[in-house]
Amino acid sequence: MTAPVIEVRDLQTRLVTRWGTIEAVDGVSFSVAEGETLGLVGESGSGKSMTCLSILRLAPRPAARIVGGSVLLDGEELLTKSEREMQRIRGKKVAMILQDPMSSLNPVFSVGMQVREPLALHRGLSGRRLTERAIELLASVGIASPAARLGAFPHQLSGGMRQRVVGAMAIAAPPRLLIADEPTTSLDLTIQAQYLRLLKDLQTRHRLAMIFVTHNLGIVAKICDRVAVMYAGRIVEAGPVAAIFGAPAHPYTRLLLESVPKLGETTEWLTAIEGQPPDLAALPPGCAFAPRCPQAMDRCRADAPPEFVAGPAQTSRCWLQAPP
Amino acid sequence: MSLLEATDLTKHFPVRRGVLGRQVGLVRAVDSISFAIEAGQTLGLVGESGCGKTTTSRLILRVEAPTDGVIRFEGSALDGFDRDGLRWYRRSVQAVFQDPYASLDPRMRVGAIIGEPLVINERPSASALRERVSALLELVSLPARSRDLFPHEFSGGQRQRIAIARALALSPKLVVLDEPVSALDVSIRAQILNLLRDLQRRLGVSYLFISHDLAAVAHMSHTIAVMYLGKIVELGAAAEVARRPKHPYTQALFSAALPLRPGAGTDEIILAGEVPSPLDPPSGCRFHPRCPYAMEQCARDEPRLLPESGRLVACHLYPGA
Repeated sequence: MTAPVIEVRDLQTRLVTRWGTIEAVDGVSFSVAEGETLGLVGESGSGKSMTCLSILRLAPRPAARIVGGSVLLDGEELLTKSEREMQRIRGKKVAMILQDPMSSLNPVFSVGMQVREPLALHRGLSGRRLTERAIELLASVGIASPAARLGAFPHQLSGGMRQRVVGAMAIAAPPRLLIADEPTTSLDLTIQAQYLRLLKDLQTRHRLAMIFVTHNLGIVAKICDRVAVMYAGRIVEAGPVAAIFGAPAHPYTRLLLESVPKLGETTEWLTAIEGQPPDLAALPPGCAFAPRCPQAMDRCRADAPPEFVAGPAQTSRCWLQAPP
Repeated sequence: MSLLEATDLTKHFPVRRGVLGRQVGLVRAVDSISFAIEAGQTLGLVGESGCGKTTTSRLILRVEAPTDGVIRFEGSALDGFDRDGLRWYRRSVQAVFQDPYASLDPRMRVGAIIGEPLVINERPSASALRERVSALLELVSLPARSRDLFPHEFSGGQRQRIAIARALALSPKLVVLDEPVSALDVSIRAQILNLLRDLQRRLGVSYLFISHDLAAVAHMSHTIAVMYLGKIVELGAAAEVARRPKHPYTQALFSAALPLRPGAGTDEIILAGEVPSPLDPPSGCRFHPRCPYAMEQCARDEPRLLPESGRLVACHLYPGA
């Protein structure tokens, strides 16, 4: 097996909020190899976006502080890099696509200028070569008549087209790692299908390692190789997609999979997860999911479960998997 | 008799420019659609943004008046209603919207939010109001003490319960649910969908369920109407439409809905291009520029909604009955 492109070990990001200090990312570890896609799944507040921002050292300061762990990109520690060094890494080695394309695009610059910028910066292109490459890049993300589109402004494009432009900028370098944070949530279904296929194509072409952040389990089933399920700042279950969907070990994963209505299946009632999402500022001692877990035992309410082996390459933070 | 029947319902929005407000175009948001909502049942409305599903719901809520066509409620046409008639209609048709953070007044206590429709329409005594609000809170499984709290003290799922309680305050016959779970956390959605279904059982209320989540629509609905650019392209029993879609657009839409099993749904149909502007919809069948089966005829003649395999389909692939 090849060395991982990105290796996150025991990452801890603390957030100071009005309601107190919370562990937004609490001991998260994972790695992603070349050409591999890791799905980072969780609900709002589970820490999936904060994990990605921490990798890029873009977690909002001063509220957020990375207090521990290690982030290795091709073996190089990112957490000790200076801001200047990080600027050279962002966009060049690690690129990110966000949910709302308008938050990545500058409304007052043309598409052409915005696509040229990373090419000039990371590839050192200029003049005619730069424009040619920008056109190639737009064509590679499936934008029709790319040369004509160079002069267009973001507001003249549809949501799907904007997200394609963001995709073009992201792969300009091309990077080693692509972080996609809910990139299709704002897109319509048929456009989402187009965009997912595009991302997969780009990944294959450039052998990108990809972290795909989403709350949509269908997307995970479709495009990810491995999946890490987050709950209240921790990865509660991780493993190959087929294993997790086939035999989820953690009750949260299992309930999450069961609670989603499935096409072609008629069930009277959906399996609902009782209770409300956790309040990170007032987490219970022990397992954070225990208050909502139908299988919770006394032990769950007292001690936080460590990571147990739940199958080949599958781990679960649940006392149910504790070896006897 | 259906609870609500829409016949050739049409809504065009003029596009005006300049100081004189000259009309320069016409958005055909909803273009001659017909459907019915049965008592105690759910009609699911699916389609992508701009297909006219929200305009349809606004026409039903009577926020907009239709350009053409008729809506009949319990047999009588809405156009014929006087003030009192419309008042009665608006009590009978309520709505729950997508974002419970936007649809609840942050400065009102939950008891006042839920009680407001009662206060306006029925002027109950203070004790009667208290009782009704308590009953409504219980109906949506919120603790009685919720009445004295403010919306910000609740999570998204609980807020949506408050919005549902308010919608049910006047015992409506129809509730328009416009993306009722899309803004909620995944683990909460099933709770709310179960609650809505349970309430339908207990109260016999009808729903118009609008969502882009096809699996949720298929789960909740008795009948599904698929819209594309202001037109209904397929209309039929939910199980039939979801399992064996006939219109090429419905087929593409349902194949784009993501399976929950890795490796499943490999025969997906990826449509080229995007939804054209409703300002200038394509000639003939509005779907023909994106349709993998488009024929010559499709660009010329607009297909009519005709019976095909136990549902209605508007497509030239099916010669119709």
